[in-house]
Amino acid sequence: MKSLEELRAIKEKMKASVNNRNENDDKVRIVVGMATCGIAAGARPVMTAFLDEIAKRGLENVAVTQTGCIGMCKLEPLVEVFLPGEEKVTYVKMTPEKAVRVVNDHVVNKNVVTEFTIGSAE
Amino acid sequence: MYRSHVLICGGTGCSSSGSAKILSEMESEIKKQGLENEVKVVKTGCFGLCALGPIMIVYPEGCFYSRVTVEDVPEIVSEHLLKGRVVTRLLYQETVTDDGIKSLNETNFYKKQHRVALRNCGVINPENIEEYIAVDGYAALGKVLTEMTPDEVIDVILKSGLRGRGGAGFPTGKKWQLARNLVPDADQKYVCCNADEGDPGAFMDRSVLEGDPHALIEAMAIAGYAIGATQGFVYVRAEYPIAVKRLRIAIEQAREYGLLGKNIFGSGFDFDMDIRLGAGAFVCGEETALMTSIEGHRGEPRPRPPFPAEKGLFGKPSVLNNVETYANVPQIILKGADWFSSMGTEKSKGTKVFALGGKIVNTGLVEVPMGTTLREIIEDIGGGIPNGKKFKAAQTGGPSGGCIPAQHLDTPIDYDNLLAIGSMMGSGGLIVMDEDNCMVDIAKFFLEFTVDESCGKCTPCRIGNKRLLELLTKITEGKGTLEDLDKMEELCYYIKENSLCGLGQTAPNPVLSTLRYFRDEYVAHIVDKRCPAGVCKKLVSFEILDTCKGCTKCARNCPVNAITGKVKEKHVIDQAKCIKCGACIDNCNFNAIIKK
Repeated sequence: MKSLEELRAIKEKMKASVNNRNENDDKVRIVVGMATCGIAAGARPVMTAFLDEIAKRGLENVAVTQTGCIGMCKLEPLVEVFLPGEEKVTYVKMTPEKAVRVVNDHVVNKNVVTEFTIGSAE
Repeated sequence: MYRSHVLICGGTGCSSSGSAKILSEMESEIKKQGLENEVKVVKTGCFGLCALGPIMIVYPEGCFYSRVTVEDVPEIVSEHLLKGRVVTRLLYQETVTDDGIKSLNETNFYKKQHRVALRNCGVINPENIEEYIAVDGYAALGKVLTEMTPDEVIDVILKSGLRGRGGAGFPTGKKWQLARNLVPDADQKYVCCNADEGDPGAFMDRSVLEGDPHALIEAMAIAGYAIGATQGFVYVRAEYPIAVKRLRIAIEQAREYGLLGKNIFGSGFDFDMDIRLGAGAFVCGEETALMTSIEGHRGEPRPRPPFPAEKGLFGKPSVLNNVETYANVPQIILKGADWFSSMGTEKSKGTKVFALGGKIVNTGLVEVPMGTTLREIIEDIGGGIPNGKKFKAAQTGGPSGGCIPAQHLDTPIDYDNLLAIGSMMGSGGLIVMDEDNCMVDIAKFFLEFTVDESCGKCTPCRIGNKRLLELLTKITEGKGTLEDLDKMEELCYYIKENSLCGLGQTAPNPVLSTLRYFRDEYVAHIVDKRCPAGVCKKLVSFEILDTCKGCTKCARNCPVNAITGKVKEKHVIDQAKCIKCGACIDNCNFNAIIKK
């Protein structure tokens, strides 16, 4: 270790990896429906797409978790996005491509992608 | 990116209940489900709630699974990690509420805790230096080497009010200042760490070494810079294999990353360190004996002065601090002296780690601000005494400390208050005793330990404690006299005043404090020939009452055939044969046998 810069670089690199080991409430939560119906409809690639996109952008304070059947199996894969202090947004019939857009528009720029939401599907 | 982290405790407590197997099962099960790129398994240090081990925490949900078995692992993986359904039956029951899962930090065990020395234990992988760096590790060393002079470092530690966590509570900054200034022209100085945790029931230093070894390395390097030393030694007992292994890995990693060695952070400062294994002699926790042992000689103390700050290891000026003391140092440097001194009481700043043991529900490791009362630690955090029994005393400071009775439960704990009530901080072992513990027997237990561990170099300790133990034994056998109590007291003070080192000077403390607070129990042993708690075997007798139905069960279970009687008639115990094992009481279905 020859300089503080080097130490800082390691810290930056590792930060994301230890970051989700706390329980603060100001996290963005992305919840993917991973029941049998969800997995059959392709929830796994959707979840991986979320993980990849978050890692690519180096986003902090975002947690990706799964949940069981939400109850609308015909609209799977379902994804719920919780921004701190805001109401839950439910996206339906998700694909890996749509996931990338949700991260970009909703998680980063705080604009709900209305055309993917459950409201526009019905 | 890993969406989920599974933290599995790899401390000694959970390891002995099989956490290594759980870890490998978890890894193979995750692979089987194809989750290895999404879920990361991390082996961490101690979480503190050892009573509920093996422990596992799953993030980001923060689910705290307790008493996990290898058989539970496939369920956790297929339910929780794959489908997101928390396995409620394995959760720590206190975190389960009607409307979901409570955060761990809201449970009674963790709510009142404030983790400074233990902050990374159970959070990071101790065998990965980069995880330590990610949580601000080595930033304090960087700051010290690039922005501060050695005097400024000492000043911060002085102002913080940090005192030695090994027991005596000497101001750490003062110690460093002496080592820096006493011998200005010393060609070599040493930084030593006392990890020879010898008190029965204390395991906080082990937990820091197992859970956060880099914090110790960083702090020792900072101490080296402050006093002008380039070499450090950690003296750790060989009975701590996991701690030694992790420290060894940590030292190697630190060397690899250039955080130990030459020209650290390009500052021109060199520092390296080595481990010295102790063979588990209690006296080697005493500073001069410890240094003598590092030098390769028999671990015996020598008179002070000269103090180690002047003439220590290999005759050179040396600093010796305890593991927990060091663990506070990087945080003080990063967050400032004011932050640290804002915690605690007037003369005892910061936090203290306690190892809870004995008759307490939550056996484990807790860290609380100084000034927390014993009642808060035992009742709120520790969960009280199991089986509805009544609190009798708490023993702090191990064999050098004393017993604190119920009337002092509300004393705020700090160095000075504990001394005032006849005990001491010690390294932080806290053993809780209930009404089933005999205080004379407890005093005898600790004295047996010190008699065993006395190095024998000075007479007051070697012979005095032996005689003291004989007097105690006499009392527990019902052969004592009231004069013996006065004799004992006199002998105690004689030993305290004349022994060479801390071992002898504090060895009579358990006797003195029990004499002070539980004299009635001593008197009961002597005058009434009775042990009130029913512990001292020579004074206990078992008797069968008239309510005996003559079922013969006691007679059949007596290992020495001391019980006789006909079927459906009252049985009798032959007191001469009885070995007082209590098997008859345990087996009687009619509560017809009593212990007197």
